[in-house]
Amino acid sequence: MSQVTLVRRIAARPSIVFDALTTSEGMSSWWGPDEGPVLSAASDAKVGGRFCIRFRKLDGTEHECSGEFLEIEQPSRIVMSWQWISGGLPQERERVSRLELHLRPIDTGTELTLIHAALRDEASAGEHAWGWGGALDKLERRFVAVS
Amino acid sequence: MVNDKSQRLDRVFSALGDPTRRAILARLARDSALSVSRLAEPFAIKLPAVMKHLDVLEDVGLIRRTKEGRTVTVELSPRPLKAAMDWLQRYERFWEASLDRLTRYAEKKERETPEKDE
Repeated sequence: MSQVTLVRRIAARPSIVFDALTTSEGMSSWWGPDEGPVLSAASDAKVGGRFCIRFRKLDGTEHECSGEFLEIEQPSRIVMSWQWISGGLPQERERVSRLELHLRPIDTGTELTLIHAALRDEASAGEHAWGWGGALDKLERRFVAVS
Repeated sequence: MVNDKSQRLDRVFSALGDPTRRAILARLARDSALSVSRLAEPFAIKLPAVMKHLDVLEDVGLIRRTKEGRTVTVELSPRPLKAAMDWLQRYERFWEASLDRLTRYAEKKERETPEKDE
């Protein structure tokens, strides 16, 4: 419930997908929620290195997010923290969340799994694994109708 | 104000971090209103422990308790979950769109890069 998981099959080998995910050039080509341009992207893809991306949405608003590479296993796994520096949603600006990317080679290229998990501001130990069990799938269906 | 909202969402996520509490919510989603004793029946923990979980859920507004005579009835209160769902949907859209472009970019790179690179 508190995390988004997406799986994509990409017709490119893992090393190419890995570069697209971690290099400044790669990040500037895809980051952002619509077809608006990425204005700048800087990435120091090593453990402890940081990235910072600024993009403009089609509605003209500019947004900036940044984070730190927490784990890197080329070309199979990347874990980073990230947060909004400006723009985004004001109520989320102080929130640090965690982004995990897993790359698995498949016949046609790469299977990419993206997991974005919300974190609490105060990193209270052990409380990060808010996995939602199957029971909550039912809740989800029920609450989608509530608005 | 906005920070309040964020903290509230944090507390909702935190309340949802416990499997017993999720099971309680799932049960209430299925059976609507239940008395505390009926609600506690399937759980392998004692009533006071169940009450503690209910306190946490009520604190963040996920359930409502009403008392009639000697019976306390527990009901689901869905609004905080709606906020949690909104978070999910927003980021699902964000990443879907980003991954569409990532895919196009990586596949173009693949076509431009000789095989021996791997």
